Amino acid sequence: MIPEVGHFALILALCVGIVQGTLPILGAAKGNLAWMRVARPAARSQFLLISLACACLAYAFAAKDFSVLYVAANANSQLPLPYRLAAVWGAHEGSLLLWTFILTAWMVAVTIFSRHLPEAMRARILAVMGLVSVGFLSFLLSVSNPFERLIPAATDGRDLNPLLQDPGMVLHPPMLYMGYVGFSVAFAFAIAALLGGNLDSSWARWSRPWTTVAWCFLTVGIALGSGWAYYELGWGGWWFWDPVENASFMPWLAGTALIHSLAVTDKRGSFKVWTVLLAIMTFSLSLLGTFLVRSGVLTSVHAFATDPKRGLFILAFLTLVVGGSLLLYAWRAPRVGLGGGFSLVSRESLLLANNVLLVVAMGSVLLGTLYPLILDALGLGKISVGPPYFDAVFVPLMTPAVFLMGIGPIARWKKAELPELGIRVRWAFGISLATALLLPLVLGKWTPLIGLGLLLATWIATTALTNLRERLTRLPGESVFSRLTSLPRSYWGMMLAHGGVAIFIVGVTLVKGYEVEQDVRMNIGETTTIGGYTFRFDGAQEVRGPNYMAARGTFHVSKNGQEVARLFPEKRLYTVQNQTMTEAAIDSGIFRDLYVSLGEQLEGGAWSVRLYHKPFVDWIWGGCLVMALGGAVAIADRRYRFARREEHQGVSAASQAAGQKVA
Amino acid sequence: MKRFLLPLITFLLLVGFLAVGLRLDPREVPSPLVGKSAPEFSLPQLHEPEKVFSPKDAAGKVWLLNVWASWCGGCKDEHPLLMQLAQGGEVPIYGMDYKDRPEEARAWLRQWGNPYRVTAVDETGRVGIDYGVYGVPETYVIDRSGAIRYKQIGPLTEEVVTRTILPLVKELQDK
Amino acid sequence: MTPWLFLLLLIPGAAVADEAKPLADNPHVEARLKALAVELRCLVCQNQTLADSNAPLAEDLRREVRVMIAKNMSDQDILAFLVTRYGDFVLYRPPLKATTILLWGGPFLLLVVGAVSMAIALRRRQKKLTDGSLSEEERLRVERLLNHKDSSPA
Repeated sequence: MIPEVGHFALILALCVGIVQGTLPILGAAKGNLAWMRVARPAARSQFLLISLACACLAYAFAAKDFSVLYVAANANSQLPLPYRLAAVWGAHEGSLLLWTFILTAWMVAVTIFSRHLPEAMRARILAVMGLVSVGFLSFLLSVSNPFERLIPAATDGRDLNPLLQDPGMVLHPPMLYMGYVGFSVAFAFAIAALLGGNLDSSWARWSRPWTTVAWCFLTVGIALGSGWAYYELGWGGWWFWDPVENASFMPWLAGTALIHSLAVTDKRGSFKVWTVLLAIMTFSLSLLGTFLVRSGVLTSVHAFATDPKRGLFILAFLTLVVGGSLLLYAWRAPRVGLGGGFSLVSRESLLLANNVLLVVAMGSVLLGTLYPLILDALGLGKISVGPPYFDAVFVPLMTPAVFLMGIGPIARWKKAELPELGIRVRWAFGISLATALLLPLVLGKWTPLIGLGLLLATWIATTALTNLRERLTRLPGESVFSRLTSLPRSYWGMMLAHGGVAIFIVGVTLVKGYEVEQDVRMNIGETTTIGGYTFRFDGAQEVRGPNYMAARGTFHVSKNGQEVARLFPEKRLYTVQNQTMTEAAIDSGIFRDLYVSLGEQLEGGAWSVRLYHKPFVDWIWGGCLVMALGGAVAIADRRYRFARREEHQGVSAASQAAGQKVA
Repeated sequence: MKRFLLPLITFLLLVGFLAVGLRLDPREVPSPLVGKSAPEFSLPQLHEPEKVFSPKDAAGKVWLLNVWASWCGGCKDEHPLLMQLAQGGEVPIYGMDYKDRPEEARAWLRQWGNPYRVTAVDETGRVGIDYGVYGVPETYVIDRSGAIRYKQIGPLTEEVVTRTILPLVKELQDK
Repeated sequence: MTPWLFLLLLIPGAAVADEAKPLADNPHVEARLKALAVELRCLVCQNQTLADSNAPLAEDLRREVRVMIAKNMSDQDILAFLVTRYGDFVLYRPPLKATTILLWGGPFLLLVVGAVSMAIALRRRQKKLTDGSLSEEERLRVERLLNHKDSSPA
């Protein structure tokens, strides 16, 4: 009965969505206020209906209702409750439901935080989001119904994929989807502005915080996924340029470009056409990512739903949404004004150059991801495009981008002078070059890539410090502290986010340059030393988990005779799916991870063991978190809050002018 | 204003490729061995281990080489088709028991029937590497001159047998 | 498990010692294997490298590559051995040939297109702005007026 309630809620939500997607747009076109006002209650009731559907599915999992096909396929009576609940989004149907749920949650957020928007604008935004949700709901109801019954019911379920039975995997999809789907808000703002013909800097200011929030979630989501791969796959890798990873990375690159382009449009009124195109592109890439993962056109460890019918549906939907928006763009964009002027050397043009680099990088990832598919479609053979390709292509594109990242914030708006810029950053450059040349020698090994990595990371840090010092000398105020606190939060947000990139680069560079790996055959009591740490193997015992059997090894790690850690890696056999999983044991530290994973049992209690010493590896994810934190700080800027309140009273332009002075 | 249409055109091009891509199986890797002569080997026979089998023994006729194992689920799926094919007698089928224990393989054939003229045993999988085997079952069509003409990866289906393999065999036999 | 046991046979007299033995009997061979295997794709589990995969076929192929390294074959010969059996699909670094020129040249091409279109856009913009450009003050005023109109309900 409960699953039928959920199914019915989905059908009702679809009906509401159809109303939400049509009436308000027509109302906005005709100036019919009543029709426009349908948008808000419709969005909220859609949210309630989808929440109900999610609750019904969660209930079916909690109650182990194996008469529901999706539950029977993705849970088992032995599976612990938290994982049963996470199994709601553990496979195709449920993750699409989660997608739709998050979309409606974003809609509700728009209804709450859009009081300052003109009625027509809000109506259009919610209608566009409503149309997207209509697409997803019809997809769910036609070919991916999570509530489909299994008659007769299974006596027990086939269990959740063991790879997904992990806390990281529980959180990764919701975070990632918050990011993916969050870009739908920026997209809806852009489409609404194109429809209404009011593509101006206030449009950019309104969509900025939404874009930044979505970007933060996406950043954290990608970092979680990468962290999961690191400890769950058992070979210590953290990024593989897998098609699914690329599918999440492409919207991230486009979203990063969008954030910077929005900043220019907001502050200077320029690049409107480019910004609106980026907003469309970012969300389109989110949809494309969904298509790639869900349709099975590309092989990937993650692509669990391979059904051509589903693929066809998403492709048709993708064509409709993206094609329609691009058509609208081609029709409306030519009439958009130019905004403030600037010279060829200015912060605007530097930001534009960085945008071009980010989009080119995104295009290259897209090319590498789809190239095997394109060759195959043309009947020209099958190839693989993997990490060696992406590394070779990505580093040369990101190097100039990071270089510009240092200069951009220092350059003046409108017009900057090259020689003067050079003088201002000469110390930063000198220090970076010295670090790149000398630090690796101290660390024990110099290679061009290590040098480059350190050059870029130090460059970001030193230019940021230069920037801060210049800011402080220009600001009035007594103490350094009061001047520091008078800097706007959006400024600190930028500094943090850029600092996060520097931290990330340090992590990548040092772990790639200095990690040590050792495959050994260890008898009980034997030791191995890597990176100054001595690992002693004390044997393996059999342990029983709720739905698996495991061999758990015990390792004592010591340095200079002092015990540092005890590690318990496991080799699990998940009995239902008869699948073995390697649970690595990791001792994390700021400066290094010690990583142990069990291979195979050999004779006489010995095991084959893989050990890693990974210096600075946690800086990779730490850097991502700092980037996301930077975004969070930036949206807490007073500018947005002030703007919101004052605009409500109808004096938006004044606050914008004030905002410009502060920032 | 044509330049504003560029994003749309690029996108539609992409959609075209994706639409074609949907109809392809990304897991299927075409063998570079098709058109080349079947790699030579000499392996013990399953039922008479003192004797060996080599592709030379089948030289001069068109034959099928079916790579299978008793541990492989897909092999059981295609097995009835192989039995049918063997009874029809249009083309001789030779088996290669891949990375398997001979006694288990013999038991498997006793239980489900033996469609093979001869089964060669590749216990280590070394010969399998020469044939580019990566997913059992696999089936090769080999012509009179000993060249591989077709490779089926994964279980045979009714459709593959009647639409592809049998017509190809006929054509090769008539040559 | 059996492949590991096979390896064990290669270790002469695996005596119990205090220091654990490396899995490979010859670290030199192992280093070359690793360098090669990280650029090769495992065919069974398709999204792992030959170095990382635990699939039986991956084990066999690693063993085969070890044998070839021990025979002192060059990297090209070893890769050619694999490509003749499994095709270009095994190579994670696609070889440069007619069909992959766009793949390898694509990013550079994109960069050129990006740079050129940025230059054109900026020039066009400069031209338009110099014909009848607004001063900063005028621009703000226009924007203020426009904003004002937008924020009142349509």
